[in-house]
Amino acid sequence: MTSTQPPPAIVATGLRRSFGDHVVLDGLDLHVPRGTVFSLLGANGAGKTTTVKILSTLLRADAGDARVAGHDLAREPDAVRAAIGVTGQFSAVDKLLTGEENLRLMADLHQLTRRDGRRRAAQLLEQFDLTEAAGKPAATYSGGMLRRLDLAMTLVGSPQVIFLDEPTTGLDPRSRRAMWQIVRDLVAGGVTIFLTTQYLEEADELADRIAVLDRGRVVAEGTAEELKRRIPGGHVRLRFADPQCLDAAMRVLNQASRDNDALALRVPSDGSLRSLRTLIGRLDDQAIEVDELSVHTPDLDDVFLALTGDSANEKVTTR
Amino acid sequence: MTTTAALTGPRPADLRFHPLRDSATMLRRNLKRMLRYPSMTVMLVGMPVVFLLLFVYVLGGTLGAGLGGTVPGGAAGGRAAYANYVAPAIILMTVAATVQGTAISIAMDMTEGIITRFRTMHIARVSVLTGHVLGSVIQTVFSLAIVIGVAVLVGFRPTAGLGGWLATAGFLLAVTFALVWLSVALGQVSKSVETASNLPMPLVLLPFLGSGFVPTDSMPAGLRWFAEYQPFTPIIETLRGLLMDEPIGNHAWIALAWCAVIALGGYLWSKRLFNRES
Repeated sequence: MTSTQPPPAIVATGLRRSFGDHVVLDGLDLHVPRGTVFSLLGANGAGKTTTVKILSTLLRADAGDARVAGHDLAREPDAVRAAIGVTGQFSAVDKLLTGEENLRLMADLHQLTRRDGRRRAAQLLEQFDLTEAAGKPAATYSGGMLRRLDLAMTLVGSPQVIFLDEPTTGLDPRSRRAMWQIVRDLVAGGVTIFLTTQYLEEADELADRIAVLDRGRVVAEGTAEELKRRIPGGHVRLRFADPQCLDAAMRVLNQASRDNDALALRVPSDGSLRSLRTLIGRLDDQAIEVDELSVHTPDLDDVFLALTGDSANEKVTTR
Repeated sequence: MTTTAALTGPRPADLRFHPLRDSATMLRRNLKRMLRYPSMTVMLVGMPVVFLLLFVYVLGGTLGAGLGGTVPGGAAGGRAAYANYVAPAIILMTVAATVQGTAISIAMDMTEGIITRFRTMHIARVSVLTGHVLGSVIQTVFSLAIVIGVAVLVGFRPTAGLGGWLATAGFLLAVTFALVWLSVALGQVSKSVETASNLPMPLVLLPFLGSGFVPTDSMPAGLRWFAEYQPFTPIIETLRGLLMDEPIGNHAWIALAWCAVIALGGYLWSKRLFNRES
């Protein structure tokens, strides 16, 4: 054990990159501690994939510095490559080879002996529930199986830092959940995960820290809870049977905003029991009948929409 | 889900490259791919065989008579003489067709994500390309064996001794090596698999615009000038000389110089293309 603090998995300062006139990254700063899941959240075109490509040595940054697994990206790309694993948006498997052959190919490229390679492949096939399909060409695999094989191939070299670029895009809900469990297991094993996603739910489920990327800049960073706290969005929604009740309630609750069509009121609230009791008390005092009451706590959707510009809103997927 | 703790064991900070082992690994991958996708190999061998049959049986009688006294052995004329005349061109066409396959498989690789994966891995980068080159050379050797076999069946009667055959093998290897490197670059420069299959097409057609199928002195002046100076003519003349045990003159050196230029150019171009940003 070393006495000094191990360097963070990823540190980046002022990363810039443009393609022609189009600025994709406009001064990106990142700090990812080891053994955590860091999620870069953004709409299509926000710069997520470009960030992954730069951090995984596929692209050069126009400006800025970055260190991955303690190695400088520009000066020691070989050391960076030896420490990372990348599973991109598009499956990086050889579709003419079988699942096992793909894994053995990776084992050979990582200079494992034949015996170790075979054992490692078998172990990963089992872990990723691919043992049955091991002898079939990858071209016959389903989307979820391909993604699992893809990630399994990334793991053959036991990378310290794993980049997952939209790992669940296009997967069905069951495969998505399976992928999430795999990510959780990996982190439990000490790996650092850099995850990009356009799914807020995914970042919320997996990430220790989330950075919201908009037009090549990080516009907010923190835990899911911190981000949710940053924006007001918690409210109680009251629905009434008729406009008279709505008017009466409006007079009692001074901060409320009304929705005439739905006969509903939106009252800011932190969702605590005490505040609810107060609210119901006031309505009871005036004998106002409430048809329906629902409590809304802010979710990452609210955060995302509040933080990013209008142009991005329609493209982010929320489910 | 079994335990994942084993996945993250300590990793030795070994940054040595293993270009030989990596190239062997990539070669194995490419050979497996060829076996899984045999229709491509069949097509690549089939084309020169079809041309051979076409030229010997359909056109050979007339073309052979036309050879007249312009080439040694041609005086006898006819189909048999033409089979001997055209075989070197068909052999070269076999090499050109097989390297067309190289360009296609390189382009297929590029459109799939696997090359991107290789680029992010700590491997000897050039092995991705050398794996393709070695695979194609082996594929070409197989194709050549089949095509030369068929040529002998249809009347090709080489008079070369053991030394001549060995020299032919070495020379064909040099030609293949050069054209493969060129097509590795062509495969990479192609944006799609379709482009990759079209770009090397001139290589297949060049034997026609040289001394491959008819002597150049039967061509009109402009074409004749091109035919005499394009690289495939000295290559074909060298092959003809080696196989038929005839004087080669300076064709061999010109041919080898062309091979060296094409190989070096193809290699440097390929390397640059591979190291560009994706």
